[in-house]
Amino acid sequence: MITINDTDLKKAELLAKLSIEPEKRERTMAEMEKLFGYVEKLKKVDTTGVEPLAHTSEITKENRFRRDEVTNPDGAEGTLFNAPAKKDGQFVVPKTV
Amino acid sequence: MESKNVEKTAPVKGRPKTAECRRYDTVIGLEVHIELSTKTKIFCGCSTKFGALPNTQTCPVCTGMPGSLPVLNKKVVEYAIALGLATNCRINQRTLFDRKNYFYPDNPQDYQISQLYEPICLDGYLEIAQDEGEKRGSSTASENKTGGGTSTVCKKATKTIRIHEMHMEEDAGKLTHDESEGISLVDYNRSGVPLIEIVSEPDMETAEEVIAYLEKLRMICLYLGISDCKLQEGSMRVDVNLSVKEAGSDILGTRTEMKNLNSFKAITRAIAAERERQIALLESGEKVEQETRRWDDTAGASYSMRSKEDSKDYRYFPEPDVMPVVISDAWIEEIKQRQPEFKEEKAARFEREYGIPAYDADILTQSRHLASLFEETATLSGQPKKTANWFMGELFRIIKETGKEPEEFTFSPKHAADLIVAVEEGKINQAGAKEVFAKVVLEDIEPLSYMEQHGLMSLSDEGALQAAIEEVIAENGAIVEEYRSGKDKVFGFLVGQVMKKTKGKADPGKVNELLKRNL
Repeated sequence: MITINDTDLKKAELLAKLSIEPEKRERTMAEMEKLFGYVEKLKKVDTTGVEPLAHTSEITKENRFRRDEVTNPDGAEGTLFNAPAKKDGQFVVPKTV
Repeated sequence: MESKNVEKTAPVKGRPKTAECRRYDTVIGLEVHIELSTKTKIFCGCSTKFGALPNTQTCPVCTGMPGSLPVLNKKVVEYAIALGLATNCRINQRTLFDRKNYFYPDNPQDYQISQLYEPICLDGYLEIAQDEGEKRGSSTASENKTGGGTSTVCKKATKTIRIHEMHMEEDAGKLTHDESEGISLVDYNRSGVPLIEIVSEPDMETAEEVIAYLEKLRMICLYLGISDCKLQEGSMRVDVNLSVKEAGSDILGTRTEMKNLNSFKAITRAIAAERERQIALLESGEKVEQETRRWDDTAGASYSMRSKEDSKDYRYFPEPDVMPVVISDAWIEEIKQRQPEFKEEKAARFEREYGIPAYDADILTQSRHLASLFEETATLSGQPKKTANWFMGELFRIIKETGKEPEEFTFSPKHAADLIVAVEEGKINQAGAKEVFAKVVLEDIEPLSYMEQHGLMSLSDEGALQAAIEEVIAENGAIVEEYRSGKDKVFGFLVGQVMKKTKGKADPGKVNELLKRNL
C-alpha cells in the first residue's frame, strides 16, 4: 500500500500548477492513494512474453499520414473566440517570465 | 522563472590560465533543435509561413482544443529519415510519439507531442575536422550568407562526434511580454511547427569542436533543404550541456544546460564562461549544481533559470492520439536514392573535375544552390578557375551588399558564362565587365547585347583603332622619337594615350600589337 504525504501532494501541486485548499487536502491524499493502489494492483499482472502495445490500432500496421498541404483557413477568430482577455489578436495572460 | 536564484558570473576575458588548462577537461554535449521548412505544421493543415498576423495560422489541433485529433505530416517523417541517413543513424522502423507534460502559456495542450521511448533515428555520428592547437581562439565560423565555415580546406585529422538520437516534435507558441502593463501576449502561429531535435553524445571538448559540429549539421540540413537553420531567427536552436572534470579522470562532473544561445559567437563565449564558472566553484571547494542556465550575451554571463527543487518532471507517456509509424525498407531505400551530393563530396569533385583549388571548392560549396550555378557556368564557359574567381569575388560581394539569400539569385548560367568568355576574349575591359556581371546576376540580362547597347564593347576593330593610333603618333611626335631612338619605357605612355582616346574601350592586347607595327 502506497501512502501519500503532504510533501507528495505539494510536488503534485507544483507540477500541475494547482493549489489544493487546506480542507480538501486530506481527501485528495486519500484519493491519490486509491489511484496509486490501483496501479500497484496492475503491476501484479504477469506480462511475461507480452509485447507492449503503444496503440490499439497498431495491429493494422498501416501508416496514417497527412499530405504537406495547407488546408486550414485563417483560424484567428475561432481560436480567440473564448479568450477571457485578448489584445492585438493575441491571448492576454499574466506576465510569465 | 529566471528571477529565482540569480547568480551572476563575471564576464570572462581571455583564455583560462595554463595551470587550469592542465587540470580540467571540458566535456560538452549538444541538443540542437531545427525547425523544418514544411509548408504545414506537424499535426494539422495550418500554414507555417513566417510573419503572419498573430493566431491566423491556428486551428483546434494546434491550440489544443478538446476533441481535436492530430494527424502526422508525412513530410516530417521523410525529412527526419533523410537527416538520419545523412548523419549515419540507424532508422527506427517502428517509431512512436510520447506526451511530455508541462504547463506554460506557450503550450496550449498542456503537453508537447514529442518522442522519448522510440525516437526515429538512433546511434549516428558526424566527422568533424580535428581541433588544432594553433587554431584555438580564432573564429572558425563566420555567419555571413555564404558561410565561410570551418576550415575544411587544409586536410587534417577528423574526430567522430556520436549522435545519441534524433526525434520529431512540435514547437510551442510565442510569448511576448508587455513590460508596461505587466502582461504577456500569446501567439500560437508557431505552435505545432515541426522540429527535429538532434542529441549528441558528450564527445566535444572545445568551442571550436562545437562550432565545427554545428556547421556540419547545418550544412547537411541546408543541402537537404529541410531547414534554413538560422540561429538568429530561431530556426536552429542550440542548448549546450557542459561539465568539467579533472584532466584524465573517467568520472564526469555535474553538468549544466545552457540556453538562449543565438549565434556562434554567443556559443563560443558561453562555453568559455561556463567552463570558468564551474572551475571557480570547484577550486573554492563548492559544488556545481545540475541546473538550466540562461545565457545573457550582452552581459557575458549566465543566470540560473531553474532551481533543483522544480527540476524537470515531464511525466512522459505514449501519445494515444498519434498512430505508431512503421518505416519499411523500401521507404528508406527510396529516400536514400533521393539524397543529394553533400558539401564535402561536392567540393572534392569540383577540385578533381574542374581543377580548382581546394580553397575555392570549399567556398563555392557553402551553398548548394550557388554550387550548382557555379558548376553550370563553369561548364558552359569552359573556364572553371575564371568562373570561380567571378563567383568568389563579385557574386559574393553582391550577395553581401544586397543582403539577399543565395537562393534568390536565379540568373541563367548561360548569361554569366557568355560574359566570362567575352572578358577572356578581350571583348570588354575589367571595369565594364564588373558592371555587366552585376546586371547579369541581379537582372539576368543578356550580356552581349547589353554591352553593345551601352557601348561597353572593346574596340578591337582594326580600322577604328588604327585611326586612334595614328592620331596619338601625330600628337606625340617628341615621345615617338624617344621610342624610336631606343627608349622602350615610353611605349607604355603611348598605349595609355590610345586607351584614353578610345575611352578605355580598346582591347589592350590589340593596341600593343598595332602600335608596335605603326612605330
